[in-house]
Amino acid sequence: MNNLNVKFGLRNMFLDGVRPVNELVQHVNTNGSNAYIDALGLKHKELNDLLRETALKGATSITVQNVFGQRYIGTRLYLPNLAKKMEIKIAPYPGNDLGAFLNGHRLIVYGNAQDGVGNTMDDGEIIIHGRAGDIVAMSMRGGKIFIRDNVGYRAAIHMKEYTGKVPALVIGGTAQDFFGEYMAGGRVILLGLNLSKNERHKAHYIGTGMHGGVIYLRGRVEEYQLGKEVGIRALDSQDWETVGQYVSEFSGHFGFDPAEILQEKFQKLLPVTSRPYGKIYAY
Amino acid sequence: MYSYLLPEFAIERNEDRCIHCRVCERQCATDVHYYDAEMDKMFFREEACVGCQRCAVFCPTNALFIWPHPAEYRPNSSWNREKLQDLKKQAETGGVILTGSGNDKPYRIYWDHLVLNASQVTNPSIDPLREPMELKTFLGRKPDNLEIEFNKGEVKIKSELYSNVSITTPIVFSAMSYGAISYQAYKSLAMAAKKFGTLFNTGEGGLPLNMRKEYGCSAIVQCASGRFGVDPEYLNAACAIEIKIGQGAKPGIGGHLPGEKVSENIAVTRMIPQGTDALSPAPQHDIYSIEDLSMLIYALKEATNYEKPVSVKIAAVHNVAAIASGIVRAGADIVAIDGLRGGTGAAPKAIRDNVGIPLELALAAVDKRLREEGIRNKCSILAAGGIRCSADVMKAIALGADAVYIGTAALVAMGCTLCQKCYTGKCTWGICTQDPYLSKRLNPEITSQRLTNLLRGWSYEIKEMLGGMGINAIESLRGNREHLRGVGLAEWELDVLGVKGAGE
Ligand code: SF4
Ligand code: SF4
Repeated sequence: MNNLNVKFGLRNMFLDGVRPVNELVQHVNTNGSNAYIDALGLKHKELNDLLRETALKGATSITVQNVFGQRYIGTRLYLPNLAKKMEIKIAPYPGNDLGAFLNGHRLIVYGNAQDGVGNTMDDGEIIIHGRAGDIVAMSMRGGKIFIRDNVGYRAAIHMKEYTGKVPALVIGGTAQDFFGEYMAGGRVILLGLNLSKNERHKAHYIGTGMHGGVIYLRGRVEEYQLGKEVGIRALDSQDWETVGQYVSEFSGHFGFDPAEILQEKFQKLLPVTSRPYGKIYAY
Repeated sequence: MYSYLLPEFAIERNEDRCIHCRVCERQCATDVHYYDAEMDKMFFREEACVGCQRCAVFCPTNALFIWPHPAEYRPNSSWNREKLQDLKKQAETGGVILTGSGNDKPYRIYWDHLVLNASQVTNPSIDPLREPMELKTFLGRKPDNLEIEFNKGEVKIKSELYSNVSITTPIVFSAMSYGAISYQAYKSLAMAAKKFGTLFNTGEGGLPLNMRKEYGCSAIVQCASGRFGVDPEYLNAACAIEIKIGQGAKPGIGGHLPGEKVSENIAVTRMIPQGTDALSPAPQHDIYSIEDLSMLIYALKEATNYEKPVSVKIAAVHNVAAIASGIVRAGADIVAIDGLRGGTGAAPKAIRDNVGIPLELALAAVDKRLREEGIRNKCSILAAGGIRCSADVMKAIALGADAVYIGTAALVAMGCTLCQKCYTGKCTWGICTQDPYLSKRLNPEITSQRLTNLLRGWSYEIKEMLGGMGINAIESLRGNREHLRGVGLAEWELDVLGVKGAGE
């Protein structure tokens, strides 16, 4: 065994060479409740150490620049004693698991996000001025996510809701396969704004295993693109109210005209049963 | 009820002894016994009996005898009665045969082919009654080396230490969720773990809010594919977090808590609407590789400020050693291995009885592989699945475990008789049920005492056996195969276990 781990080749990409917070102070610039962090050259943990430290010192509005793939931004900010939730502006490219387990803060990304945005997010808001990768909003249980462009595979998988806590995911572009798979709750709105006229949405197996929640889908989708556990319905007035509200919020973030978006046809995808696999056992 | 099936159990009531008190009728959850007032006589419907023996032990006059039904088809060691009955059930329903608890098939139990050593003449044994014996165990990653600084008589550890959890005995209660078991049973485990200074595991059913403050410090909380009840507060309330990849009783498949069991309290704890199926997908959909696992491990560490060790639980399967190595490299602080005989609240029988490998072989293989790669110190190993007594604990530790998980043994201590009907939700012992009439049969005050008694008894036996070996700390037994010998094992088995044959 040696300190270089040369013989055994175990390199810890997360923890090796992580510098203590007090050696990183030159990356932070604080001005009252505002702070500015330069993430250039920081490791995942270093950046999150700094964010936590800055939050604990009272900053409530933080701008993080030069983010290139650093993961878990927002995850380390479970600080139940904080008087006010934080707003963090991030540019340009945060890494995987942005806002995983997020506890009520607001993250705004000026650029694209990677995989795992809002993984098991609890509360708060994530706004992405760009696209996001796979498994967006996986097991999300509260809060809102707005994504301007497309998302990858398995978006909204196993999203949940419980009493007053209903998460919402609004996607401006289109999604890839297994969209809404295993969904157990929450509201998902897929707008397809970047599809050309008469172009179908990209995803197949939409809502496979879905047993709760609702997907509002704008634009064309064929029956064969849906999982067998979902049914298509028309929107009722209550649905239009919900969709209208989220679409105007979405448009507010990204500068669209909500009226124009709402002109197009919407469909509502619902699970046909809350117990899709209730009948496969012999007792 | 199925037609054309032989009853599984035969019941005999000694009419001379029976006083028609109807205790059996009230105790049975499957309505086997009933009273006919006109005839002033007790009757029974044998075909509903699951052989839990509750009525027999509660009958004040010992009038009842329950035994496996003696009727047999023509003896046939290939097409035995169980196979025939399962075929008939499936022919009738077209369903998957469900079962509960652990694999009951006669696979070789290696514990019973391993014997322990004791000191004779050449080194003295130790008497645990008069000399200190250390069973304290630390779960978590250990540093590669320890740098110590001496400064004016003060000693300071310079190396960075990782978060570890200390337990007073190398026995931890394995994952049993609130939902799979009753609140009373769940609470009993929590109370016993806290009182004895060890841990219980929440399974993937969440940790009720009212228990977080008092029992969080004794809880390993699970983060599984369904992510039920997982929020930052839940993660931070615990003393360790476990990512559940697999379970020995059903490797590779997820779980369904049927909607009818999702009562109000369970819904609150799991944070899902009442009455919906709680579906845990087979894989975690953010984990398709070791790199993805690493991502979740560090997400959990980030969410808890690097204050808690993260465990990864897998089922023992063919390439378990290589998988465990990947798990350690992914950053796990604890690797939990659940063997072929691990229990469950519900699993397809075909999977429970046929998928996975025995814990003993898996454990030895993992320990050996991690040592060879020089990364054994980077994780603790928790061995689970079929640990029945203190000697099994000793043998597991000698094969390389840091501590063991016990599930079935703890259930038996609470009253379970392994009737394997956990999945029906009609546990007469009040353990695997959400029916208040049944679950109130457990009083957590009393049941937790039974569990601490069990831990105390086993711990004392472990001390005795250690003393006999001339060892005064469980640490010295860890991975110490010199204290094991195999009896009646083939060459390859000894080789995988890394032990010599008896007499060698
Ligand atoms: S199921 Fe249990 S309680 Fe009921 S008759 Fe059989 S042994 Fe007795
Ligand atoms: S419990 Fe025993 S004595 Fe009472 S009715 Fe049943 S068989 Fe008879």
